[in-house]
Amino acid sequence: MFGSALIVFREVLEAALIVAIVMGATRGVAGRGRWVSAGVAGGLLGAILVAAFAGSISDAVNGRGQEILNASVLLAAVAMLAWHNVWMSAHGRALARQMKQVGHDVSVGSKPLSALALVTLFAVLREGSETVLFLYGLTASGTGSLTLMTGAVLGLAAGTGVGWLLYRGLLSVPIGHFFSFTGWLVLLLAAGLAANAAGFLTQAGLLPLLSPQMWDSSHIISQQSWLGTLLHILIGYDDRPTGIQLVFYLVTLGVILALMRLFGSAGSRSARPAEQAA
Amino acid sequence: MTRPIPFTLTALLALNLPLPALADAAVHALVIQDHRFEPAEIRVPARQRVKLVVDNRDATAEEFESADLRREKIIPANSKASVWVGPLPKGQYQFYGDFHQKTAQGRLIAE
Repeated sequence: MFGSALIVFREVLEAALIVAIVMGATRGVAGRGRWVSAGVAGGLLGAILVAAFAGSISDAVNGRGQEILNASVLLAAVAMLAWHNVWMSAHGRALARQMKQVGHDVSVGSKPLSALALVTLFAVLREGSETVLFLYGLTASGTGSLTLMTGAVLGLAAGTGVGWLLYRGLLSVPIGHFFSFTGWLVLLLAAGLAANAAGFLTQAGLLPLLSPQMWDSSHIISQQSWLGTLLHILIGYDDRPTGIQLVFYLVTLGVILALMRLFGSAGSRSARPAEQAA
Repeated sequence: MTRPIPFTLTALLALNLPLPALADAAVHALVIQDHRFEPAEIRVPARQRVKLVVDNRDATAEEFESADLRREKIIPANSKASVWVGPLPKGQYQFYGDFHQKTAQGRLIAE
């Protein structure tokens, strides 16, 4: 039971932390609960579909279907996170000001919310399909359904609990710095997911490694440890990254930052001319 | 929901051609039975790309995972999946079944 709880916990954790960051990034935005819930629901539905067709996905593209699907889902999430940050760099300041003034949730239109709902969907889809396959296998092998249910529920509860803790932690950041803080989190999350996608593409033989190992920091923080796992999910920490993963990480960081700067200065030029001149 | 699916499909279709390097790779078979790898120790040539065909004969799904090889791949119940590794420097590489870590442990030796 604890074995299955642990596996479900590990799978749920990544999705839960990403949902927590999305909930943080949409703080004070009217209707976010509905969008994020829709993302989770869509992700669960997708996870069941992916699990049901796992065999054919795995066999597709000369046995590289699974890697390509994973990489595509990751890169789609990276695009949505990037879009969110660029949007926030143009509108975030005005949004925070408005939130302070009105004292209740403000509406922002459906575009920024749908981007983050998709990020939630992708996270749940990816991690959920593995969980579904794992649990389905246990049912098929005749493990008692009560044991199974208990393990799954424990794992789900623990994973969600850690996500909730991260969300509560985020809320303790003062509102003045809040969106720049979540902006950095989203940025590092996106870079980490991009590096992860590069890993799947090299596994599929579609990208060169460039260098098989840039460094080995597994004796300092092992990626198998809990700290390593958390850092891997949140900021893309890798104890033995390949060259191409580092390139994906840095290029994603650089491109999103450049776009944020570009659109950020366009958005706030009228509001704060002095700051932009500096 | 509308964006990633056409992208994925296009990618799948565009890439549905054999890569010569992959098609030529030496094939090594690995069986998963009763949540154990058979053989638990597999020898492959170093500095060559090799294809591991993992045949999961259990009724449960397994995830072939290795931090040393940087591989993670789900293998559904009663099915086979290919995992390409290398070219690897000479050495030992641990791998395991993520869903049954207690028993599913194996080692790949590149020589």
